[in-house]
Amino acid sequence: MDLNLGLNLALPELIIAVGALVVLVFGAFRGDKGMTSVSALCGVVLIAAAYFAAFVGHGTAFSGSFVIDGVAAFAKVFIYIAGVFVIVLGQGYFDRVGNRRFEFPILILLATLGMSMMVSAGDLIALYIGIELQSLALYVLAAFRRDDPKGSEAGLKYFVLGALSSGLLLYGASLVYGFTGSMNFNEIAVAAAANQQTGLIFGLVFLICGLAFKISAAPFHMWTPDVYEGAPTPVVAFAAGAPKFAALVLIARVLMGGFEDSIEQWRQVILAISVLSFIVGGLGGLMQKNIKRLMAYSSIANMGYALLAIAAGTEYGVQALLLFSVLYMVDTLGMFAVQMALSRKGQPVETVADLTGMSKLSMPMTIVITILMLSLLGMPPLGGFWGKYYIFGSALAVEGLWPFAALGLAASVLSAFYYLRILKVMWFDAPTGELDKAPAEAKWIAYGAAAFAFPVAMLALHWLDPLAQMAASSFGLK
Amino acid sequence: MSLVIPNLLSVITFLPLAGALVILVLRAISRKDDEAAIDTNAKWISLWTTLATLALSMVMLLGFDRTTTDYQFVEKIHWFGPLSYHLGIDGISILFVALTAFLMPLCILASWTSIKTRLVEYMIAFLILETLVIGVFTALDLFLFYVFFEGGLVPMFLIIGIWGGKNRIYAAYKFFLYTLLGSVLMLAAMLYMVNVAGTSSIPELSKFAFAENAQPWLWFAFFASFAVKMPMWPVHTWLPDAHVEAPTAGSVMLAGILLKLGGYGFIRFNLPMFPQASEMFTPFVLALSVIAIVYTSLVAWRQTDIKKLIAYSSVAHMGFVTMGIFAGNQAGIQGAVYQMISHGIISGALFLCVGVVYDRMHTREISFYGGLTNLMPHYAFVFLLFTMANVGLPGTSGFVGEILTMTGVYQASTWTALIAASGVIWSAVYALNLFKNVMYGPVTNPKLDGIKDLNARETLIFVPLVAGTLLLGIYPAFIFDFTTVSVDALVGVYQAAIGG
Repeated sequence: MDLNLGLNLALPELIIAVGALVVLVFGAFRGDKGMTSVSALCGVVLIAAAYFAAFVGHGTAFSGSFVIDGVAAFAKVFIYIAGVFVIVLGQGYFDRVGNRRFEFPILILLATLGMSMMVSAGDLIALYIGIELQSLALYVLAAFRRDDPKGSEAGLKYFVLGALSSGLLLYGASLVYGFTGSMNFNEIAVAAAANQQTGLIFGLVFLICGLAFKISAAPFHMWTPDVYEGAPTPVVAFAAGAPKFAALVLIARVLMGGFEDSIEQWRQVILAISVLSFIVGGLGGLMQKNIKRLMAYSSIANMGYALLAIAAGTEYGVQALLLFSVLYMVDTLGMFAVQMALSRKGQPVETVADLTGMSKLSMPMTIVITILMLSLLGMPPLGGFWGKYYIFGSALAVEGLWPFAALGLAASVLSAFYYLRILKVMWFDAPTGELDKAPAEAKWIAYGAAAFAFPVAMLALHWLDPLAQMAASSFGLK
Repeated sequence: MSLVIPNLLSVITFLPLAGALVILVLRAISRKDDEAAIDTNAKWISLWTTLATLALSMVMLLGFDRTTTDYQFVEKIHWFGPLSYHLGIDGISILFVALTAFLMPLCILASWTSIKTRLVEYMIAFLILETLVIGVFTALDLFLFYVFFEGGLVPMFLIIGIWGGKNRIYAAYKFFLYTLLGSVLMLAAMLYMVNVAGTSSIPELSKFAFAENAQPWLWFAFFASFAVKMPMWPVHTWLPDAHVEAPTAGSVMLAGILLKLGGYGFIRFNLPMFPQASEMFTPFVLALSVIAIVYTSLVAWRQTDIKKLIAYSSVAHMGFVTMGIFAGNQAGIQGAVYQMISHGIISGALFLCVGVVYDRMHTREISFYGGLTNLMPHYAFVFLLFTMANVGLPGTSGFVGEILTMTGVYQASTWTALIAASGVIWSAVYALNLFKNVMYGPVTNPKLDGIKDLNARETLIFVPLVAGTLLLGIYPAFIFDFTTVSVDALVGVYQAAIGG
């Protein structure tokens, strides 16, 4: 009975897991020439999973290690959808660079499954399994261009540092287990409330450090620019958005579920990481010439903002986190789609200088980049602004957090410098040379992302806002 | 009796945006090699759009009930969370909407031949800017206001950066970042206010009593944003750069309308929402204002670039506005509103005057010119009129605003009024000096030979501006009819809150 109920709740994950295995067998028989059909099948699997994730009932399964609530459902739907877009982008991209391999969509599927586990994790084991499944798939994906030195470097760096962070995480988890005698977040919460021990806090800090690695928050951000630069663009488009969303939800779940009463302790740690992140992200991006590295610093800064909402520790904070993550994910996905759409004489556009004079070459693409950059900068009424509206709103609603919110807003002016530089070269400078014709799928996904950033997002919030609020209320916070 | 148009404010606000979309679509579907036709289309569509907006704003002026303090033409649709799409105008904001609609067709006309590159984008940027600026004045929701207020940065950034002068990129960055830094503080304050008051409606927030210990912070956050926009001394340094580099129409928009966002913000937010803090900071604002009046007048006197001179004179005139607003009484605030409207017309006209000779000679150096009265008599007349209006000569609109703000301040702080009054002399010094150097004397520069007087298009631009300046100077009740009731209510609330 219990098992049966659990299987029902885990339907989306089951679909993905079984789907991935079946498609893998199919791909093994068809070989690399079957990549297109494998991609299509994986897309269908994800869409089906997204459908069930949206409508599956809420509850806990597998003795509490698997939690389905509003937050998990909300995050899953958007992560699956992001996965579909990335598969479409990757299909076109690897086709063009002559690197067709059917493993790509399957690995995306497996990574998605890992994220799905992460957002539903109800205990430390599920947390670790989810993170590892997601990470291992992404390590392979990051090194997907195995003949390329930068690609191998990216994969190796990602793997070594990722393994280190997993080590920290495990160490933290074992400490927590040792001091509370339980793996389950709810039981940890009970034990932690009864008895505040230094060792437990120690374990908690290690847990946070390990998770901060996954969202590339400073000071655990060092791998980000290199991995972004070296990994294939569709992989970055995925790694920059969905896994961070999942990890943020996981952090929120661990801290607000398992350590609700230790908020005074973990809030300091989260705030320190947050402030450091948006300062490092703001300063680090200033001198970057490579667009992907610039985006890496932008993501570090944005993760800093997201952590502010977690530091708030309120229901509104969770709602802010969910909406911010969705809006941010669309912006990054769009920006990397732009990168895939642009090339000059077969060479991908990589540096900021390559965008020089874009406005005279391709007006639609220029408008798309302008919208996405301004959205990341947080210009109203674009999507990114509303993300910040929620984040800073949730931080300002908590007593004593206003200096951090003010600092974050000031840092956003700092990062405005580098977003503006892209606008400057596109609009104000003279072009250097014609661009190639943009591939259809990347172009349209870029258009779509820009259209979402403006004006769809500000209209869609009319429905997304109550949805996220409902989801956030399932955490049962104040 | 008057024409009733449903959702009039939405229509006025978004009509320019619709025009911009039409231009964009037309360009997308027309043949690429037919650039001349596309450009001509863009110009005419922009002109008609702005004229239609002007016509609609006339309908709005006629349909406005001047006897009530309530917001009128209100539209309200729930958006999400505490936010709503909430528009409405009172006797103060209606004038700014009308001013924007009035100046915009002139900006389009002024750019008719002087913009030679990327005309389509230029027109689109201006139309979007018009929507955003009108939106600032019609928005009654805190965040809707912020969206419009902040959104205006982007088109202006592009206008300065693409069609500006030599140093345009520096100026564009400076403009953007200065203003952004000011407004993120305001954003923080807004988020806090919505959280405390539970509403983002401006009329409701005006009635909400914020805690006295929070008020100074909130006041200061709003002040930071509006003071930069205004701009007040010492955060005015972006303005001369932006003005000098911007194309003529860009300068008109900046001086004529964008600077007024600051003053409007003080009236709409700082005074009614944080009265105690406003009273506390009044000496501070008055001090900054008189420094602006005296110091920037002196700086203006020493300028060698005509546009820069006028830019500094704008800062000085805005000093009168801030002074009048924070006098906190009927005369002061009436005068401040009046001064803003009048300065919108006069400074816009002065920048257009500079544009006339700049289009012909491509320099704004004062020393390049001299003796233009001999060559361009009509131009000299127009320039003299606006110079006099800028000085504040009775009979022109410049006089009314200055005398009223000084009267208002005299009641609040005699010393401030005394020092500010010297500003009238300083403005005469730099303005007459400019006029002498550019217009009088013999023509010494041979390059000026053959410079043509105003053509029909330029005359057409100046006629409404001349008429407006004189009309408002002779019959100020045009403005006061609208403002009196709203300003009375504002002063009443403010004085009651500070117990005065």
